[in-house]
Amino acid sequence: MTTHYLVLSALLFAIGGIGVLVRRNAIVVFMCVELMLNACNLAFVTFARQHGNIDGQVIAFFVMIVAAAEVVIGLAIIVTIFRTRRSASVDDASLLKY
Amino acid sequence: MGETITFWVLAVVSVSAALGLIFSRRAVYCALMLGVVMLSLAVLYAVQDAPFLAAVQIIVYTGAVMMLFLFVLMLVGVDSSDSLVETIRGQRFWAVIVGLGFAALVALGVGNVVFAPSTGLGAVNAAGNVPSLAELIFTRYVFAFEVTSALLITAALGAMVLAHRERLEQRASQRELSRERFVKYGEEGLDPSPLPGPGTYARANAIDMPALLPDGKISKLSVNRYIARYEAEEGTIDPKVAEILEGDGK
Repeated sequence: MTTHYLVLSALLFAIGGIGVLVRRNAIVVFMCVELMLNACNLAFVTFARQHGNIDGQVIAFFVMIVAAAEVVIGLAIIVTIFRTRRSASVDDASLLKY
Repeated sequence: MGETITFWVLAVVSVSAALGLIFSRRAVYCALMLGVVMLSLAVLYAVQDAPFLAAVQIIVYTGAVMMLFLFVLMLVGVDSSDSLVETIRGQRFWAVIVGLGFAALVALGVGNVVFAPSTGLGAVNAAGNVPSLAELIFTRYVFAFEVTSALLITAALGAMVLAHRERLEQRASQRELSRERFVKYGEEGLDPSPLPGPGTYARANAIDMPALLPDGKISKLSVNRYIARYEAEEGTIDPKVAEILEGDGK
């Protein structure tokens, strides 16, 4: 069963990664990052059970906390950029390009 | 057996919801899809002897984080959909290729490993999942836990600083607004008074009833144009109102 969970986790992580690369809306890119974090948490929890060691669950808990903090800051940045540039697309914020 | 069924059902649900997150064009649908993934992952945690994490997943992710996402979507505009323009040529194609390659790599790597039979958390969770987690968090990981609190405070402060906006000029007072209205009246002839409300009669006082002027005629300013257009299409428009609007058209 462990293999199944890990493959599911890998699939979700890869889908999240594709989303980050393909999507243009900053908020949706953020959601895909969240999906990747969730996939990692699934792997942590699976390994915790596999090894009979609860440390994995503690780490998953910390990952959740950090993800929550990251979402707060990231969304605040998106709102700030939207206020000044009237756009939530990651392509439009390109002032540092050249 | 029960776990196998749960796993397969939730695996299909979560992978298809994750695909929906990538493919749906509207951001609100993406958020809902992400909510589905998070809920099914919460059930998978519960199945894997992690009831505390399952509860935290539901409370923190589907509760707080999703709410934040939806809230920001409302602020930024629900209709903000993706542009289809490719900034880098062939980027979409190669992104999908790389993603699929990564998935195949990790899945094959994991699939080739032979795991010993799962140890299970029965022994560790003997005193209950939450007490054993608490014991670890408040002994071995206590420093990380303290640092986490600093991180959360920093994040809250940072969000407030980033989202805060100073008013650059002073808010116009009523005196200035009124003055502006009358200047417009003098220059462009715009009526400084508010538009007349709908008519209030003994048997009807709705927005579709026009107000009457002192001489009994209908006040054109009080006619709601959207409702009038709808009624004209339906053929239920009051002939007097139609007459007024006709006169306006000419």
